[in-house]
Amino acid sequence: MTDLQTFERDLLAEVAASPDEATLEALRVATLGKKGSVSELLKTLGRMPPDERKVQGPLINGLRDAVQAAITSRRDALAEAAMDARLASERVDVSLPVRDAPQTRGRIHPITQVVDELTAIFADMGFRVAEGPDIETDELNFTALNFPVGHPAREMHDTFFLPADGRGDRKVLRTHTSPVQVRTMRSVPPPIRVIIPGRTYRHDSDQTHTPMFHQVEGLVIDREANLANLKWVLEEFCKAFFEVDDVRMRFRPSFFPFTEPSMEVDIRCSRRGDEIRFGEGEDWLEILGCGMVHPNVLRNCGLDPDVVQGFAWGMGIDRIAMLKYGMPDLRAFFDADVRWLDHYGFRPLDMPTLLGGLTG
Amino acid sequence: MKLTLSWLRDHLETAAPLDAITETLTRIGLEVEAVADRSKALAPYVVARVLTAEPHPNADRLRVCTVDAGGPAPVQVVCGAPNARAGMTSVFASPGTYVPGKDLTLAVVNVRGVESAGMLCSEAELAVSDDHDGIIDLPADAPVGQPYADWAGLGDPLIEINLTPNRPDCTSVRGIARDLAAAGLGALRPERIVEVPGSFPCPVEVTLALDEFDRNLCPAFGLRLVRGVRNGPSPEWLQRRLASIGFRPINALVDITNFLTFDRGRPLHVFDAGKVAGSLTVRRAKAGEEILALDGRTYRLDDEIVVIADANGPESIAGVMGGEHSGCDEGTTDVLIESALWDPLNVARTGRRLGINSDARYRFERGVDPALTVPALHLAAALVIELCGGEASEIALVGAVPEREHAIDFPWHETQRLTGLDLPRAEAKVILTELGFTVAGQGEKAKVLPPSWRPDIDGKADLVEEIVRIAGLDRVAPQPLPRIAPGVAAPILTLLQKRTRLAKRALASRGFLEAVTWSFIGHADATLFGGGSRELQLANPIAADLSDMRPSLVPGLVKAAGRNADRGFGDVALFEVGQCFASDRPEGQTIRAAALRRGTARPEGAGRHWDGGARSVDAFDAKADALALLGALGVPIGGLQVVPGGPAWLHPGRSGTLRFGPKTVVGQFGELHPRTLAALDVRGPIVVVEITLDDLPLPRHRPTKMKPKLALSDFQPVRRDFAFVVGRDVAVGEVVRAAEGAERGLISGVSVFDLYQGPNVAPDKASVAIEVTLQPTDRTLTDAEIEAVSAKIVAAVAKKTGGSLRS
Repeated sequence: MTDLQTFERDLLAEVAASPDEATLEALRVATLGKKGSVSELLKTLGRMPPDERKVQGPLINGLRDAVQAAITSRRDALAEAAMDARLASERVDVSLPVRDAPQTRGRIHPITQVVDELTAIFADMGFRVAEGPDIETDELNFTALNFPVGHPAREMHDTFFLPADGRGDRKVLRTHTSPVQVRTMRSVPPPIRVIIPGRTYRHDSDQTHTPMFHQVEGLVIDREANLANLKWVLEEFCKAFFEVDDVRMRFRPSFFPFTEPSMEVDIRCSRRGDEIRFGEGEDWLEILGCGMVHPNVLRNCGLDPDVVQGFAWGMGIDRIAMLKYGMPDLRAFFDADVRWLDHYGFRPLDMPTLLGGLTG
Repeated sequence: MKLTLSWLRDHLETAAPLDAITETLTRIGLEVEAVADRSKALAPYVVARVLTAEPHPNADRLRVCTVDAGGPAPVQVVCGAPNARAGMTSVFASPGTYVPGKDLTLAVVNVRGVESAGMLCSEAELAVSDDHDGIIDLPADAPVGQPYADWAGLGDPLIEINLTPNRPDCTSVRGIARDLAAAGLGALRPERIVEVPGSFPCPVEVTLALDEFDRNLCPAFGLRLVRGVRNGPSPEWLQRRLASIGFRPINALVDITNFLTFDRGRPLHVFDAGKVAGSLTVRRAKAGEEILALDGRTYRLDDEIVVIADANGPESIAGVMGGEHSGCDEGTTDVLIESALWDPLNVARTGRRLGINSDARYRFERGVDPALTVPALHLAAALVIELCGGEASEIALVGAVPEREHAIDFPWHETQRLTGLDLPRAEAKVILTELGFTVAGQGEKAKVLPPSWRPDIDGKADLVEEIVRIAGLDRVAPQPLPRIAPGVAAPILTLLQKRTRLAKRALASRGFLEAVTWSFIGHADATLFGGGSRELQLANPIAADLSDMRPSLVPGLVKAAGRNADRGFGDVALFEVGQCFASDRPEGQTIRAAALRRGTARPEGAGRHWDGGARSVDAFDAKADALALLGALGVPIGGLQVVPGGPAWLHPGRSGTLRFGPKTVVGQFGELHPRTLAALDVRGPIVVVEITLDDLPLPRHRPTKMKPKLALSDFQPVRRDFAFVVGRDVAVGEVVRAAEGAERGLISGVSVFDLYQGPNVAPDKASVAIEVTLQPTDRTLTDAEIEAVSAKIVAAVAKKTGGSLRS
């Protein structure tokens, strides 16, 4: 081995052994720098006789190229290793639990969700949402709705009363949302298409009754709205609300003071244990009451029953929520138990729409 | 209303099977609640005679009986019934029989060393009544070996109808038969009321002691005597008829009235004439009078209640229940039969107040057929004479049976107008006629006279209901409801409705659970939150803690948080959006949104977490909720002021009032006052925000939907930090506002990044560090310009707050 070969071998070994970029840089300066050992060798070429230079030139240039290449390669390797070391040191344990997002934790009460569903359906059919006060006059809650004086529903065991005023008139907590029908008919000329969701109150509390509950009513008044239209509206509603393609309904003659003819409506279903399915089965389940608005009610609202006509219906929001979503106990609706709300509630961004489907 | 199939067939000639009858009843508005066809379940139960009944050798209370159940040999049965005795006729079930009242199947068993091969049964065991006082005691002539259900008429399907309050006519089997006949299920058997002539004047005088304003309480009162009767058990057919609908036969005279109550919907009352002192008077009761009624209970009466009285006092509560004293028993020889008309409202009120649900009340409060007042006395007298013998008096009638001549002008087109069903006129006419209406007139319009038993029929709509319910509601084909306005549906929600919906979604998106709590709360709680006024106190609350209309949503939420904490869930975030009440007038009702955080239920999550946490909620969480809510509702919050302090139920130093001006307070937020927590008996920390949605400013009206033009600067913003030393009572918000206002065109933002009190700052001072962002629009700022703005900021803060740059 020549001296040159030995020199090259030692240099390359030294490059390979450089532990970090600083050592490598020092080595580069010591070899390839202006006064570096390899640069000094290159300088000797100028002083050589041409023949010797012919031989030594390629050898010394080759040495320089080899050292340069080795340094570059070593530098890349060191940078790579440094990155690896940094990444290894930055590693986190992604198995650590993160907190739930507020949008994941939050819940909408089933009553709100069902009201939003009802609103989406009836808005599509051209209904507005009408509302009225919870504290009503006896006139609006009963008399205007054709409840004969002395009707049992006026008595203590059904109605919550407020204290009598100076004239002896007692206001009541509305026992149904129907007074809003009267308010609407007295303030808006026909045609009228409204739904009326709201809180209602009855002096009743047991397994299946709470002193406060929620109702939704519908009211249609124009010059020709008839019972055939009523049937269509309710069938369309039931299909949309229960999200089934077909629904069988049974209209039974019944009695309400404020409608004539009056009907109760049953819907066909099947029951398997606690589960109820609509659009199939052999059982009938009562879901609402309805009828043509009683002529006396129209008169009480300043409308001529020989000129305008219409229909109304009403049902329990809590009840249809229970039927659709399977909550077993009405009383739990008003207890604010966070376990119940978390389980039966709806995610905040699950907005019922017809384009996306009520329940997505 | 209960009836059996065979009873129905007394009035309806029909071959229709039970299913068709019950389906039709429901279809025409007489909703069948239950059908009990007990013939199958009771088939194994036979009439049996107890031959011997000896004491059980090993048990005092048991007897060993041999029973002839019609089989080849007597059967030995151990029986525990106190009334088991030799010679009695009862009901026997052999081993293998299912006992519905006990939900078990009989087997041959050994009872304390004696074999028992079957059972003698009580009515409760057969589930035909609640009577479990002993085994069934049948008349001696009951046929041994025959199925008991056949003998007792229990094989007769029992139909129970959930009758609507407008149909007094269908409180009678005959009325139901009439409806079914009209619906095409058969023919109504012709009415046969044979007059029973009286052979002597009614010896008991009746006086209606009612003034002219009270005439309605008893328009008519008919009375007749049947003398020389022999009262005793009713014949088998009558006993069975009553037993089949769950009535216990008593004696013939009483059974006759019960029979007519159900058969004709006509309650009558029978007095034992021998026990009536002097004449009868119909009058209001006197306060404090008492009567022992036929149900064995004593009722205290007052002048709201009408009674029939004799010289000794009240003998009967009019239209509700007779008195025990003058009731008929086996010793009755002269019977007074009463057929009266009572005021439905008065009967309803009396029954409700006394808590009596009698079959008479059920009918009178709906309205009995006035035209039957006198004929019923013939029906009753005929039955009394037939079953008990005797001789009838003439009828004494005081008052007058009212006649209702209420003809309705009825255009036949009305049915189609209201229902869409185009029914042939002839069919409609037949329906009305079959129901007992008198239809007169030709052509497009008829004159229709309702029958006396239909007080509910008042106008055209009622006739439409009659026609369509009998014709069949299923014949009305659904018709689409035309839209009022064609084209794409217009928005329907009001601003408040939209904000109510948005508020719920916005709060839920911040991690709150939506609660729905009672609209009424306890009086003390209501008072604590600014409510509790008299006009908002319920006169008849259902519970003491549900007595006052709520002035705020907060107490309900706090209580809910407390309940959850008691269950072990202390870190809760709850909200409610709902009505609150400031007065009993509609304008006193507002919609509020309230949100509550308890414990560590902060926006990022509750409880301890490896990433830090378990910090308690504070007023700033509530403030952030408030601003998030207002932002989500699109409320322009440029003019929003946050004023320290709030209502008395909030911590005075950790609360703020949200307002847009001195008179436009929209809500408040903060930590609950420790006294509020103590009063509500809930532990904190609890922070809340409550905003009245009705009071929020309207969004700015814009003529178009275009957003303002966006002007983007080509020049980089410059940020400068300042630390001011200000008095400790200076609100940091004032420092920020002063800085913001120092050079409006240039300063685009001010943020607070550090607050400090302590060493190097005087004890009465605080350091507030802010970062100010300068956004040039037309050129890069020079150092000199930046210095000039900085000087303005320092000067503005000094002027507004007295603060100086920290050195």
